Amino acid sequence: MAIIEVSQLAKHYRVYRKNAGWMASISGLFHREYNTVRAVKEVGFQIEKGEMVAFLGPNGAGKTTTLKLLSGLIYPTSGTATVLGYIPWQRSNAYRKRFSLVMGQKNQLWWDLPAQESFILHREIYDIDHDAFQRRLDELTELLEVRQLVKQPVRELSLGERMRMELIASLLHSPEVLLLDEPTIGLDVVSQRKVQGFLRHYQSEQQMTVLLTSHYMKDVEALCRRAIIINEGEIKHDGPLAEIVDRFSSVKQIHLQFAGTEIPADIDRYGKVLEQIPPRVKLEVPRQDIPKILAALLDRYCIEDVGVQDRPLEDAMAEFFSRKNSDQ
Amino acid sequence: MTSSLRVKWCILRTSIEERLVYRADFAFATLVRFLPIVTQVFLWGAIYQTTGPRDPKLINGYSYGDMVAYSLLVMVGRAFSSMPGLTTGIARDIRDGAIKKFLVQPIDLLDYLFWHRVAHKLVYYAVAFLPFAFVFWLCRNYLHGWPDLTMFIGWLISLILAFLVGFLIESLMGLIAFWFLEVSSLVFVYMLVSYFLSGHMLPLDWLPPPYGDAIRLLPFKYLAFVPAAILLEKYNYQQLAVELAQGFAWVVVLLLLNRVALARGIKRYSAFGG
Repeated sequence: MAIIEVSQLAKHYRVYRKNAGWMASISGLFHREYNTVRAVKEVGFQIEKGEMVAFLGPNGAGKTTTLKLLSGLIYPTSGTATVLGYIPWQRSNAYRKRFSLVMGQKNQLWWDLPAQESFILHREIYDIDHDAFQRRLDELTELLEVRQLVKQPVRELSLGERMRMELIASLLHSPEVLLLDEPTIGLDVVSQRKVQGFLRHYQSEQQMTVLLTSHYMKDVEALCRRAIIINEGEIKHDGPLAEIVDRFSSVKQIHLQFAGTEIPADIDRYGKVLEQIPPRVKLEVPRQDIPKILAALLDRYCIEDVGVQDRPLEDAMAEFFSRKNSDQ
Repeated sequence: MTSSLRVKWCILRTSIEERLVYRADFAFATLVRFLPIVTQVFLWGAIYQTTGPRDPKLINGYSYGDMVAYSLLVMVGRAFSSMPGLTTGIARDIRDGAIKKFLVQPIDLLDYLFWHRVAHKLVYYAVAFLPFAFVFWLCRNYLHGWPDLTMFIGWLISLILAFLVGFLIESLMGLIAFWFLEVSSLVFVYMLVSYFLSGHMLPLDWLPPPYGDAIRLLPFKYLAFVPAAILLEKYNYQQLAVELAQGFAWVVVLLLLNRVALARGIKRYSAFGG
């Protein structure tokens, strides 16, 4: 059964357009020109219960606008959406008790107080049973390794610690749907991995339905099997994450380690050299030429180690989006 | 306790805790608020000085002692009706997107803001009580003494009305940010206008008709003038009842305006700021 159903959903904004310079500022006092920005253009998708779906796209693609629509923060220009059977922008309390929205750089905790004060307020707002609250709080603080920090004022926590507290606050009421907007933005690698590991574990345990936006492809690869790619307000791909590299990238990478200390001078005749740190080299080659090139390399050189890898998702996405932009 | 009451109590309790975090700043701000009354006492002294401050000369029915008492009582009214940072705080939250947290949680924004403000006021009164008592003790010769029980209860109700009217006017101005984003000029104009229209600057019964009558129909008088006038025995019982009923009617009107502004504001909200 689809938990999130979106059909023909569109959101248009009217945006003030101002030319540079003080004359334009003065004339703007009397007459203003407006542009209609079509942030989301009649998108449609369905997400089943327990799915964890990546919602990808460059800045301004319409990802966050879609999440805002699904969380009921804004009203659509046209189209329909239901989450758990509710129309989000009707903002019924019954709906708001069953989902959570986490925005990476927005703080829902009380800045000057320890996080536990915010948690207690959440317990009352979401009407959580005291025993269940304590059980979940213990579990979440344990999993996210912040048990010792709940009594420390939020302003004194690091960004990574704060983000983990935000996640706890968002999960205390056991939401069935979790909308995550850039949950690891600005975090260091260690914190990113902790958040990723936690989300993977908790989602599989609770069978939450999760829609995740992130610019960090490591997050996406670690957490999601399905990806929806949106660009300029339109959905460009909806399917397995693994298909993205196949679909949007015609090249693969060969990683070589030569037996000596040198890299052959003519190595570039086998493919585009991406990186070389003797005796290692990374080549980019057309996907269909892999067997031929590998055979030639192994035949001609003494190679200690070899590996063929898909192009990183990040690169495939970057190529896809830059190709789209240059096509226009 | 019902779930709704538990939420209100929790917001109140948490807000009080938050208010107590910055102790030095809070104590300083509380004490500094007494400085204007000192300048007002001296200012009115200078105005009445032509024949000496204790002279029975009256200006519009107010002796110098009445003016000192009026200024003190206005200060009490303003302690209930002033809402520092409320309008600008709502506008800032709308502008930078922090208001989202209230919109996605099963909580009413106005309810939250109300109990948050009640908490701030309770902490303020707790800290300001002794300085208030000291200033009133110093000026005890100018005060009229305690009114009868009916008037005293009327005064307490007028202080609650002062709080409600002050809160609802300022929250309404904050909600205007859904349309204009920036409301600092509006706040500035409101401060100037309310200083005069609330009776903070001059007693409103000094104003001649028809302007005085028109101004006394507005809600601003509940911010300062009405509580002071009750203790200065400017009303009889019937007038007291009319004033309080009118104040209650204004609270209902302002509450409805707030509700409409919030509902319509959310509909046009673009959730800027990420």
